[in-house]
Amino acid sequence: MGFEPSGLPKLDTVSSTSPAVEVTGLTIRYGNLTAVDNLDFRAFPGRVTAVLGPNGAGKTSTIECCEGLRKPASGSVRVLDLDPQKDQRQLVGRMGVMLQEGGVYPSARVRETIELYAALYGNVADPDQLMNICGLSERPKSTWRQLSGGERQRLSLALALTARPEVAFLDEPTSGVDITGRGLIRETLRAMAENGCAVVVATHELDEAERIADDIVVINRGRTVLAGTLNEIRSGRPAIRFGSDDTIDLAALSSALGTSVERQSAGEFRIDADGNAELIGKLGSWLATNGHPLRDVNTSGESLAEIFTRVVGDDNQ
Amino acid sequence: MNIFLAQLKSEIRLVLRNGEQLLLTLGIPVMLLIFFSLVDVLPTGVSDPINFLAPGVLSLAVMSTAMVSLGISTGFERSYHVFKRLGLTPLGTPRLVASKICTVLVVEIVQFVVLIPVAFLLGWEADAQRWSIAILGILLGTAAMGGIGLAIAGRLRAEINLAAQNGLYLLLMLMSGMVFPLTELPLVMRGVSRALPSTALADLVREGLSNAGTRPGFSLIVLAAWAVVAPVVAAISFRWD
Repeated sequence: MGFEPSGLPKLDTVSSTSPAVEVTGLTIRYGNLTAVDNLDFRAFPGRVTAVLGPNGAGKTSTIECCEGLRKPASGSVRVLDLDPQKDQRQLVGRMGVMLQEGGVYPSARVRETIELYAALYGNVADPDQLMNICGLSERPKSTWRQLSGGERQRLSLALALTARPEVAFLDEPTSGVDITGRGLIRETLRAMAENGCAVVVATHELDEAERIADDIVVINRGRTVLAGTLNEIRSGRPAIRFGSDDTIDLAALSSALGTSVERQSAGEFRIDADGNAELIGKLGSWLATNGHPLRDVNTSGESLAEIFTRVVGDDNQ
Repeated sequence: MNIFLAQLKSEIRLVLRNGEQLLLTLGIPVMLLIFFSLVDVLPTGVSDPINFLAPGVLSLAVMSTAMVSLGISTGFERSYHVFKRLGLTPLGTPRLVASKICTVLVVEIVQFVVLIPVAFLLGWEADAQRWSIAILGILLGTAAMGGIGLAIAGRLRAEINLAAQNGLYLLLMLMSGMVFPLTELPLVMRGVSRALPSTALADLVREGLSNAGTRPGFSLIVLAAWAVVAPVVAAISFRWD
């Protein structure tokens, strides 16, 4: 499965100063239910923006509004400075889309589906190159029905790339994808952004988002509850996170280090302190003396999962 | 390649690859034509059953393609979000609809290319002095049947749509004078049957190809009405996703 980031077409203009997507005060209603409530976010060219939220938070509704599939009850959505509803015909040729599921004729074959979409977009992308980028070169004659979940996601991604998009909306792109496929999708999304595309990813997979996103937007119950880069949305609280076994005497370790140590989850611990070498040395020494292992020391502060739990709550993770 | 031609090529390829649809559009009409023309068990009212069956089976072929095949495939495409995704490409609704209509017409031509020679081989003595009436009937019948198929497919879940299309196909085949004369139906059913698009289609094709329609003028009015109303109902009620 060869991946060639350089295989992705470069966009003619790359500007990170003005947003490719600007959502202001977006409200979406289904009858009496308000699915999205006065939501704001922006996404920029050359960056991956992850829209995070628990199930039912309004991610897909928001993405579909940006694609022009759904009409907002109020608020403004601008994509590439166009109105996705009124200017959809002008927008579709510049926009890549990956639906949450489906989107392909069940009996259509991989190669002919990519060729069809390439033709619909004016043949700006080479089908062979797209199959190679998305790891589908060995399955050109397989039908959608015959593909695994991960291969279907990669075919959907290939179709999103056929537009040579300036902006891409990808709804749960790694859902149901194995580790190898996730890596490939991640690299492709990064390459798209590096080539100037504004990549907007709706997901509830926090690990994936932490790995690929430049900007994070957390929505809950239809509202933006946090937005910014990962560093910007981390709390000011410094932390060292590490893994070990669950038999650690936390009181004794806290006393030895002179600072509080908390258990986060099974085998995961957190120290409220800067990640200085002296403290990490003391930690390693204490653990070794007491017969405990030391794994995965991380000094970058709050993880995305911790941030998410802080702003959305445990139940929704 | 032109966007419309790319979509048309894709649609035709998918139809020709689909075994169930080929069975419905070609297999069943050919089998009915051969079996009931060789085994004289139907009350066709004529000495040589093929002369009654050939126009009827051609009408049945139109119904198979324009209503059932189109309806079933459209239902599954809706459930797989194919239209939703295509709607986010430069294809556009008019080109999508046009490619579906052209696909139906192409399949109908293939059906006639197969069925007409088979009918002649079985001894059909066509009397096609008014073939333009048959063509008009086929075009109106295609519009009417396509409208009915899409009206059903545009609202129901794929699996329910599949059952509904097949059930309606069987009902209309038996109620429309396609494989046996309407005079064999009870009086009340005969009255209902006269108002069906499938009955009008079979009558016009029979008038055009065998000069044996029963009420071609009335059938033309009925079929024209269905050809307008059914597509309009489909357009109004259709849900793309």
